[in-house]
Amino acid sequence: MKFGVVVFPGTWSDCDFHHVISEVLHQPVRYVWHRDRNLDDLDCVILPGGFSYGDYLRAGAVAGRSPVVEVLGDFTARGGVVLGSCNGFQILCEAGLLPGALMRNECLQYRCQSVHLTVDNADTPFTRGLAGRVLAMPISHGEGKYYADPATLAALRERRQVVFRYADADGRVTRAANPNGSLDNIAGVVSEDGNVLGLMPHPERAAEAVMGGVDGLALFQSLLGSLVEDGTFRQAV
Amino acid sequence: MNVTEPKATLDLARELGLITDEYDRIIERLGREPSYTELGLFSALWSEHCAYKHSRVFLRRLPQTGPRVLQGPGENAGAIDIGDGWAVVFKIESHNHPSFIEPFQGAATGVGGILRDIFTMGARPIALLDSLRFGDPDDPRTRRLIEGVVSGISWYGNCFGCPTVGGEIAFAPEYAGNPLVNVLCVGLVRADGLFRARAEGVGNPVFYVGNKTGRDGIHGATMASATFDEHAHERRPTVQVGDPFTEKLLLEACLEAMASGAVLGIQDMGAAGLACCTSEMPARAGTGMDVELSRVPQRETAMTPYEILLSESQERMLLVAARGREDEVRRIFAKWELDAVEIGAVTADSNLTIRLGGEVVAQVPVDALADGPRYEKPTAVPAWLAECRAFDPLTLPAPSDLNRALVALLASPTIASKEWAFRQYDQQVGINTLVLPGSDATVLRVKGTRRALAVATDGNGRQVFLDPRAGAAMAVCEAARNVSCAGARPLGVTDCLNFGSPERPEILWQFAEAIDGIAAACRALELPVVGGNVSFYNETTSQRTSDATGRTMSGPSGATVSGTLDVQAILPTPIIGVVGLLEDAGRPATQWFKRGEHRIALLGGDAVSFGGSEYLWTLHRRLAGTLAPLDLELERRVQTAVQTAVGAGLATAAHDCAEGGLAVALAESCVTGPDPVGCVVTLPEIGQRADLTLFGEGPSRVIVTVDPSRVPEFEALMAESAIPWRWIGTTGGERLGITVGTETVIDAALDTLGRAWRTGFERHLS
Repeated sequence: MKFGVVVFPGTWSDCDFHHVISEVLHQPVRYVWHRDRNLDDLDCVILPGGFSYGDYLRAGAVAGRSPVVEVLGDFTARGGVVLGSCNGFQILCEAGLLPGALMRNECLQYRCQSVHLTVDNADTPFTRGLAGRVLAMPISHGEGKYYADPATLAALRERRQVVFRYADADGRVTRAANPNGSLDNIAGVVSEDGNVLGLMPHPERAAEAVMGGVDGLALFQSLLGSLVEDGTFRQAV
Repeated sequence: MNVTEPKATLDLARELGLITDEYDRIIERLGREPSYTELGLFSALWSEHCAYKHSRVFLRRLPQTGPRVLQGPGENAGAIDIGDGWAVVFKIESHNHPSFIEPFQGAATGVGGILRDIFTMGARPIALLDSLRFGDPDDPRTRRLIEGVVSGISWYGNCFGCPTVGGEIAFAPEYAGNPLVNVLCVGLVRADGLFRARAEGVGNPVFYVGNKTGRDGIHGATMASATFDEHAHERRPTVQVGDPFTEKLLLEACLEAMASGAVLGIQDMGAAGLACCTSEMPARAGTGMDVELSRVPQRETAMTPYEILLSESQERMLLVAARGREDEVRRIFAKWELDAVEIGAVTADSNLTIRLGGEVVAQVPVDALADGPRYEKPTAVPAWLAECRAFDPLTLPAPSDLNRALVALLASPTIASKEWAFRQYDQQVGINTLVLPGSDATVLRVKGTRRALAVATDGNGRQVFLDPRAGAAMAVCEAARNVSCAGARPLGVTDCLNFGSPERPEILWQFAEAIDGIAAACRALELPVVGGNVSFYNETTSQRTSDATGRTMSGPSGATVSGTLDVQAILPTPIIGVVGLLEDAGRPATQWFKRGEHRIALLGGDAVSFGGSEYLWTLHRRLAGTLAPLDLELERRVQTAVQTAVGAGLATAAHDCAEGGLAVALAESCVTGPDPVGCVVTLPEIGQRADLTLFGEGPSRVIVTVDPSRVPEFEALMAESAIPWRWIGTTGGERLGITVGTETVIDAALDTLGRAWRTGFERHLS
């Protein structure tokens, strides 16, 4: 399985994803420059965290219209999967590849802390085998408050597109466990066909025991386990 | 000359911060009157900030060499070999004056400046630490400063993508008008890949790269070399505006250009901007430079040569490339959407020649600019000191309830948790942070090796105020001890020396004494000082008034200049940053108790004092007394013992006894970890008041916990170490209990202690 890690001007989790994929998972991986439109050699594209274009207009707004993001639709149509974390999630929402928007944290401050997540849908390429699990991962963002209008939210629930929600260590979805004021404690959503995931937390920061936990690795392992013989992914049910 | 410039005169020179002697010296060096532009160059480069003119004679006393030192002071940052082909590059720098005038941008550009110092050496920044000092947190002006500074650090560091992993925040009224913002950055580079700020090779092209030049920050270096008065806020235009996104692009472009081999030398345009780079780079290499200002990318129109040269616009670098490889440099910077413009060339004539449209507007020997005046001004023991030191804190009554005293200390904003600030900082980007902020030292792995780095900063202004020599030595010892508590061997020091005006003999005495203290401690611990920064003029003149708390502004370090003017200097505050090396990244120790049934040992002697202590300040609002004695040989042995215990896996926790003494250290070990763990401690009756035993402060003291199965090994190690030590208790339970002799003096629920510690700082901000 070959991974591509996209680099926008201002991306900073690119090296971290690259490290986890190559040094921890021992999978082939290359960087993808934001002007690059050729993703033919890749099975999974990662949109990492950072401040693409300084997030100066809106978080992810400029990157959401970049050449590499324009071809992601074709990439997923031929069976590729896309994982956007942090700024990557913001970019996917800005590009219209995922529903909803990410707004300034309710506390109006940046938040870097460990959070717990419930797995609300274990039938995606990213979450196989994680039913009932509570995952611990760090967040690090100033604009992570997920919002969708009521109709969109109803559709998301209907289609089980909400994948992760902020919870306490025992998996209780409470207001106190919501670090940024996200609607319904939503931390991550997938596209309708399940092959594009966006989440605010950083799975790459929870991929080695020395870094304090390995729950983030579960997402990658699910991806590797979801790859079927012909090089495409098992689609969500 | 197509620019109309004012004529350079002595009056103008004085307005620009030069003194009469210095103006005469310029005429002597040039053999003529300087032009207006030339006068601007001298005023910036001969400012205290750039020339270290009052400090240089003292700084020479610091040990600066060692077998692992790859780069000592004099470059953008120091560098030390850490093995496996890697070098650590680190430096601390102040941004005090800008942060008082405009806290958000002042702190943000402080972060930006030190990041550039690290990556101009060829290193990728991996960690930032901030040492901050503020006035009384209940003062609304202080709250505004704290919020501005913390959000500025958060904004710049987070956007750039370098984790903020440590530092300290402390409070004293003397910092009300002069907060301290010191930022330390650590970077990693291949040991054979270090770059230096030298303009080598006559004929090589000189490139301007990065942000465009505007009128912001002109004479920032001069602003930072003067005392504040009540008009300080009118100097806001001298504070620069940061752009962390451009800095991130500059980082990637510079490292890529360096890796290409096309770059020979590079320097950050920091204080005094282009003027500084174009004179220092050739001065270091014994060359000259010829520069055409009309080629400098500008974002404002009609800028004069003076303005272009002295602008402190951020995120800019000057680099010297290899002739013939100009296109490679242009291509790399274009990829990162940055300007890279050839503005001149290295020359053989040892002059800095500045042109505008071909016409020479300034021509000065680079040595004359780079080699500023040096003064050895008079020093004098401050008259206020004898009275402060003569006070015996034990004449004050002991508190009737020691539990309440402990809670008060844990809730003091200096000791309490700084989670409110740290949760606003990205602490993990780069995935190197093995020990997050909150322990004695932060630990960062070096990927691709088994090793890790431990980093800590320290500096106790109260102790230095009462005894500059011993207090500064203790700051070195404490920062090194923090690193040792993580299990690392300290490798080197960077220092940020924050003081009042060196033109006052009492302040210069504090400075000279502090340097001697740092030098002595560094020699004893075999620590080279590889870089740092001096920040003078941290004082405020004001009409004699009372501050918000009713205390007059002229504290003990104040001086009445005239009948109505007071000068309030900060507490003399050398901040010491120490970087250490752990051979085994898998074995760092942290300060908190891990679980019950572990034996607790206290390493080091019993000598403690209330002089300058947090206890004396928190309970009695007094800054007085004398410090406990410092034995540098004992300090060295204690640190070696701790490193060995952690390295051998014998210590399950190690924590330095600092502000608040042994009782606070024990309480911190109980409540600062992921899960609270109590303890029962018994101390011998040694003929002193129980409050002194609990809260007195002294150097060279460390708490270590040991698994019962490893006790014999630990005891053998202690016997070899030849240090005073003893078992004092056992971990476990949900309370902290301390008995002295036969009397139980502390018995407190961890809930109560934890709440006091967690909310003590944050409650001032909500």
